Amino acid sequence: MEFSELIKTATVESVLLAGTGLPPVRGTLCITSHHLLLSSCPGGDGQPGTVELWLLIRNVDAVEKRLAGSSGTITLRCKDLKVLQLEIPGMEECLNIASSIEALSSVDSVMMMYPFFYRPQDLRLEEGWHLFPLEQYFQKIAAETSQWRLSDLNRDFTTCPTYPAGVIVPAAVSDDTLRRAARFRQGGRFPVLSYYHPRNGTVMLRSSQPLMGPNRKRCPEDEVLLGTVLDEGERGFIIDTRSAQAAKQARMTGGGTEPKSSYPQWKRLHRPLERGRPLQESFIKLVEACNDASLSMDRWLSRLESCRWLSHVKVALSTACLAAQCLDREEASVLVHGAEGTDTTLLVTALAQVILDPGCRTMVGFQGLLEREWIEAGHPFHLRCARSAYSHARLKQEAPLFLLFLDCVWQLSRQFPFSLEFGESLLLALFDNAYASDYGTFLCNNEKERCLCKVKENTHSLWAWLNQPEEKKKYLNPLYSHNPLVIWPSVEPQSIQLWQGLFFRWIRPSQYLEEARAEMQRLVEANEAPAKESAGSRLSRSLSDPAARTENER
Amino acid sequence: MEHIRMPKVENVRLLDRVSSRKAALGTLYLTATHVIFVENASDTRKETWVLHSQISSIEKQATTATGCPLLIRCKNFQVIQLIIPQERDCHDVYISLIRLARPVKYEELYCFSFNPKLDKEEREQGWKLVDLNEEYNRMGIPNDYWQISDVNRDYGVCDSYPTEVYVPKSATAHIIVGSSKFRSRRRFPALSYYCKDNNASICRSSQPLSGFSARCLEDEQMLQAIRKANPGSDFLYVVDTRPKLNAMANRAAGKGYENEDNYSNIKFQFIGIENIHVMRNSLQKMLEVCELKSPSMSDFLWGLENSGWLKHIKAIMDAGIFIAKAVAEEGVSVLVHCSDGWDRTAQVCSVASLLLDPYYRTMKGFMVLIEKDWISFGHKFNHRYGNLDGDPKEISPVIDQFIECVWQLMEQFPCAFEFNERFLIHIQHHIYSCQFGNFLCNSQKERRELKIQERTYSLWAHLWKNRADYLNPLYRSNHSQTQRTLYPQMAPCNFLYKFWSGMYNRFEKGLHPRQSVTDYLMAVKEETQQLEEELEVLGERLANLQKMQLNGNKIQSKQQDRSKQLGLSASTNSLANTPQEYGSDLKSFPSRSPSQGDEDSALILTQDNLKSSDPDLSANSDQESGVEDLSCRSPSGGGCLPSEDSGKDSDEAVCLAV
Repeated sequence: MEFSELIKTATVESVLLAGTGLPPVRGTLCITSHHLLLSSCPGGDGQPGTVELWLLIRNVDAVEKRLAGSSGTITLRCKDLKVLQLEIPGMEECLNIASSIEALSSVDSVMMMYPFFYRPQDLRLEEGWHLFPLEQYFQKIAAETSQWRLSDLNRDFTTCPTYPAGVIVPAAVSDDTLRRAARFRQGGRFPVLSYYHPRNGTVMLRSSQPLMGPNRKRCPEDEVLLGTVLDEGERGFIIDTRSAQAAKQARMTGGGTEPKSSYPQWKRLHRPLERGRPLQESFIKLVEACNDASLSMDRWLSRLESCRWLSHVKVALSTACLAAQCLDREEASVLVHGAEGTDTTLLVTALAQVILDPGCRTMVGFQGLLEREWIEAGHPFHLRCARSAYSHARLKQEAPLFLLFLDCVWQLSRQFPFSLEFGESLLLALFDNAYASDYGTFLCNNEKERCLCKVKENTHSLWAWLNQPEEKKKYLNPLYSHNPLVIWPSVEPQSIQLWQGLFFRWIRPSQYLEEARAEMQRLVEANEAPAKESAGSRLSRSLSDPAARTENER
Repeated sequence: MEHIRMPKVENVRLLDRVSSRKAALGTLYLTATHVIFVENASDTRKETWVLHSQISSIEKQATTATGCPLLIRCKNFQVIQLIIPQERDCHDVYISLIRLARPVKYEELYCFSFNPKLDKEEREQGWKLVDLNEEYNRMGIPNDYWQISDVNRDYGVCDSYPTEVYVPKSATAHIIVGSSKFRSRRRFPALSYYCKDNNASICRSSQPLSGFSARCLEDEQMLQAIRKANPGSDFLYVVDTRPKLNAMANRAAGKGYENEDNYSNIKFQFIGIENIHVMRNSLQKMLEVCELKSPSMSDFLWGLENSGWLKHIKAIMDAGIFIAKAVAEEGVSVLVHCSDGWDRTAQVCSVASLLLDPYYRTMKGFMVLIEKDWISFGHKFNHRYGNLDGDPKEISPVIDQFIECVWQLMEQFPCAFEFNERFLIHIQHHIYSCQFGNFLCNSQKERRELKIQERTYSLWAHLWKNRADYLNPLYRSNHSQTQRTLYPQMAPCNFLYKFWSGMYNRFEKGLHPRQSVTDYLMAVKEETQQLEEELEVLGERLANLQKMQLNGNKIQSKQQDRSKQLGLSASTNSLANTPQEYGSDLKSFPSRSPSQGDEDSALILTQDNLKSSDPDLSANSDQESGVEDLSCRSPSGGGCLPSEDSGKDSDEAVCLAV
């Protein structure tokens, strides 16, 4: 396929662009394989044009056209929730442009996507792809206990096509046993270590559902695997992210959940979390409600309620807290799974780690967490983030689980404003990049696909870009100070708020809030300036330095 | 004292509202002014103090096996649940409190016994802090168009107005008196705010007694005088803040609203703000939602919407925005009224002033604003906030709504206000506490008769003395947000109006952000200042002395300071250290100690408060200066590092009931 075949009209003069939050501007519209450009010539024809719009076509979620006389208006609804309007002279041009954007934005082949063509000058291709090797994560665990080992039984992705090559498993369980256990789990996702809680040595595992089926099949290897995790007399908890009813029903289709009789040391807790289509619909409804200018104050809250989004946030946070509570307070290990173990499971395990582990609350630690618990763990980003809230296309497998996770992290950052090293802007950037990106980080559904497409060889990593000093500064939380404790959020409805920074990003003018943020930054920097000059600065700095402080406490 | 049947009850349990499993055992004391609960736990002896005047209702519930429950709801939104072992004791406490919470004479109120140990001169100085004449001078008045009138000098024209009233120069005593006879309770149009940049003004009054056809020449002349006092504009807005239906109904009773045909060049406008009864019920409904035990998101959102509270807040804001725009953008003067002109009118005029004039967004200016639009113009504090026993139908959260409007604006314009949320919360608290004389009675006349200024203290002086606690660190007098008129978003802006849990759930500390940005930034700001000063000192020393040693000593003390501050901010972190109830079916999953850390840190702080010699602090106890209030500034609280949370649970081994 050639992109040029999809582009019916490449340029149109005198197009009016509106909806950017700035006054409408007229210029030349240009369609390339991956971008929509609009450049204006404020100084007349002789002047070089100013680029007013540089939109990744992959970011377009819906194209709506309206023809009136000899011209037409195209409304572009983007995956990042921005809405743009293009007024195009000439009916034919308008139709051509619309269909070109539609065709280009629905190219589904991974290898055709922009990250494979994007070659920024100041980054090297291999940069950022190996920042968070699992070996390194494992070494930290190995320093504390010898009960876990790093297995490469999945190096060719045959045992589990959605797991990465390396997984952390109980040292006492052989690869052979694991292979058999994998056959008893949907998609081969046998229980693996997700998080080791250094304070008391408990662990959080994740997997998919056991394939019990209607005949209540058992699998001795799976039972051994889970049995090994707990010492004699110890209890563990299985957090099933489906209702007890749904888990039971899953047996009819070959799935199920761990029965007490086969796993006597494990107690099951059911916490139904929404996923799939209902979650996507919740997202769509919320965005609709946020854009509804006709809504009056007396109906806003019930409309918000009917979207259910905040309920999903509340349940996700509570479930993650429950998992964290099991580990930290009950000192019991936890296994988390739903059905496939690639959606709500990851939401819970990742979120619980942000709550428990101060390391995950740093800029680098959070990236490592995303890499480990979302990307390598096989959350199907390509399927889930194919479409955002505006798309008219028939829903396939889209579901905003990753957005829900980011929202929950935002709630944490609001309740603990000093405890996260990064700010809202990072969460927004992650949302944008998960749905449409210049970088390869969120491409494909799992490591196996990424290997096949040679993503790591042929695209740039988002982390490489984010971690450039100038770029990184934009995402830091100026108020951050290392908090070694577990952060237990409130999950009462009074404490859960709509994430305005995301859902109203393009709707409300945020100038005053931006000013407040700048003022905060200014205050903190003013504090650092004299501190730097001060002779006592080194001492006081060492106090605020995370590493030095944990040393002190020990 | 004669009303106290039972000064002390032992073995009373104080229940925690969030977690019903937690209860503190202690002793309940009734004093002439307070209900005090002292916990038994010997290491902590945490105290909870509640002023009688804060009590809004007392409910004695059916006796159970464990004792007799008593529910005390407070006007500052604290809810106290006690269980008293003996039914008889409970009854005595109940009967005593019923009487104590409803004083019949002003002299019974706390401000007449409250003594902050200030001498007479200091007290007088305190009352002089806010001076309305000075305020009208600041606005540029008197001038060519406006003057002070002594027509009401002995309250002869209107007994709920102040003695000094500002009116257009062309309005003669004859016109004023004539107009007053045509207005409910003789509340004639008077100046509330004057914009010296364009001569536009906000005036206020009560409704005209127009009925279906009545006219009054003097009233028409009065409005014309107001319009002419703004030579740049050829008409005057008359804003009736009531819903049109209510205003029409008033016509049948011989009251009503201005007929545009009878007044020259007015534009008449209804802005539907509901009456005090609707607002009282709305608050009641919202508080019921706040009291729900572990509500779902849906319960909460539905309940909040059904209460209508935020809709009412938005209506008041919209009215204020309309007036501010008329004055600032159109340069047109506005006359505002409702029925009597002392509730909705006060709300709307003060919101508009706040939007228009940056001065009212400073701490001092905000005190002046309340003094001007609420206290001096006869807002009926005694009736609305039930200070003395009276008609429950007169009670309504009118000023609470105004205070919330300010908070909503602070959320939208974080750099525009010199003061912080705590300032608003403390003002709300003291409107009900009756600890200071400012808000007593229903009018200036009553206050003068009671000699309030000679017998009580002023809240403004008290707040001003502690102003460091109330500063907004993001405020800078040269910041662009502090300069101009504020223009809040109009539509779509539903989402901008948020539930204020910092006020209505202020005693449920667990619901709030566990770290206070305000306090942190204030500490940072102060530290910066200190560091800069020290840097200067160091620089001088280096220049003067050759000895390096001296310098070293200085460094050490510096470092200790810093560690103290960090220690404190970390101790607020320890609040982070308490899981809440994350699932109701965890009964089979007994949590070891859900809130250990929380209590510990709270206790250290309250004790600091209580041991303080400042009588005011002890009077308000920890409800007022909660954990957040103890900012990083106080050096006394330093050095308490976060305790290792692991140690706490170990002695309470609880088996998992699986």
